Amino acid sequence: MKLGHAIMALQAICGREINKFVRQRGRLFSALVRPALWLFVFAVGFQNVLGISIMEPYDTYIVYQVYIVPGLLGIILLFNGMQSSLAMVYDREMGLMRLLLTSPLPRWYLLLMKLIAGTVLSVIQAYAFLILCAIFQIELPWSGWFYALPALILGAMMLGAIGLALSVYIKQLENFAGTMNFVIFPMFFVSSALYPLWKLEDAGADILHLLAMYNPFTHVVQLIRFAFYGQFNSTSFGVVTFCLIVFFSLAVWGYDPQRGMTLRKGKPG
Amino acid sequence: MNQNNHSYKSSHPVLQVSSVSKSYGKRKALDEITMQINASEFVALLGPNGAGKTTLFQLLTGLFVADNGSIIIQDFDIRHHAVRALAGIGIVFQQATLDLDLTIGANLRLHTNLHGINKKESQNRIHKELERLDLIARINDTVRSLSGGNKRKVELARALLHQPGLLLMDEASIGLDPASRQSLVNYVRELCSDRNVAVLWATHLVDEVEHADKVVVLNHGKLLADTTPEQLINQTDTAGIHEAFLKLTNNKQENREISA
Repeated sequence: MKLGHAIMALQAICGREINKFVRQRGRLFSALVRPALWLFVFAVGFQNVLGISIMEPYDTYIVYQVYIVPGLLGIILLFNGMQSSLAMVYDREMGLMRLLLTSPLPRWYLLLMKLIAGTVLSVIQAYAFLILCAIFQIELPWSGWFYALPALILGAMMLGAIGLALSVYIKQLENFAGTMNFVIFPMFFVSSALYPLWKLEDAGADILHLLAMYNPFTHVVQLIRFAFYGQFNSTSFGVVTFCLIVFFSLAVWGYDPQRGMTLRKGKPG
Repeated sequence: MNQNNHSYKSSHPVLQVSSVSKSYGKRKALDEITMQINASEFVALLGPNGAGKTTLFQLLTGLFVADNGSIIIQDFDIRHHAVRALAGIGIVFQQATLDLDLTIGANLRLHTNLHGINKKESQNRIHKELERLDLIARINDTVRSLSGGNKRKVELARALLHQPGLLLMDEASIGLDPASRQSLVNYVRELCSDRNVAVLWATHLVDEVEHADKVVVLNHGKLLADTTPEQLINQTDTAGIHEAFLKLTNNKQENREISA
């Protein structure tokens, strides 16, 4: 594979995803409504119940709306990552996936292009949400907008890789509802997105605490949270990077016609 | 060979399929298939539904891998050199693979980018192909607005943009009216003589294969015939391809029932 060819193909795939995103005008709106409801309804109602004490990376007391923002950025990345898997299933059903898979490019690179394209969209939506936060005067450090970028990219890639791996196993679009119930919601609720993990420990919910500790989404949220304050959370970085490699490898394996699950999906004809 | 021009000049067959088998669980979809296609040959792959045509196409396009046997496309084994082998084939799938909301031009540019064809060359080729197919005036129309026949033409144009040596047409005429079907067959037939392209045309519509250089008949995953239309008619002692095909596939069915 030549570098020029690789770049040209990447531009084409990213361009197509962005073009689709622009065409689907309600998509940005609906991507923002979900976290906005959490921020301006849930967080406002619960700010006194879920007050946050001083804890890393914060060096002072913060209001609940500030605490919840990294978690909501995470949910934007998570939803878009899963939506990318939905797009893969749609593309497969509509035959567009065949066009990609029969292109003269290595299979891993085709999947990487899809992952990068999804990541670009995720990050665009995350920054659109940050603009919304700024408009409603949620006090976040401006420098965090810059520091959080690598964390958002890495987090979006890892969550997108989960979506890619799932798309190997999801045969029909209808199964996306199952993804919502069994992947997105558990990952979101059993994480540090809505409350710090010590609250679970204090409540004696040891199993939930353990699950949250090992939930990759927790580490995406923590990576973003720390990055916002110019701090590097090495544990979360390690977990997110490790999970990215594992899930992307699973996706490449799944889409490999010599070894993967796609072999078992074939039907005679 | 030019990076973006894969028309085949070698004396070797453009496609060589040797003892290829493929099973899905206990069901054998293809059983020891051997065939070959030379440059500028129009080969019709004929078989009833479930004969194994689609499975064969999936193996030829690298979407699946054969359980055993080998598939060599323009000197590259698709199992070991999939990228190089895929660079030399153009494919029109049975199922539409165009993005309906993109324009014709955008769909074709997506393809040329995936094949690494630079912008200027891409524009030239897109214009030439669309002119040949009388679609140049509609380059900025969305694919959704096209008729079924024109959508097929766009898919054909796309399959030819990287100048492949082998064109795979997987029941590409399905859903077209008789006139559009005939026009598509004639155009593809001309490609063989004018551009030296080898064509494998899968169909279950017998009238599309009357002027083929060779007819390959598949039934229940087995190769029943690989010969010229005239020889097929002679061998089966029938009056035409349609009867020959029916006799061949029905006999096979009867034999299967007897042996069972």
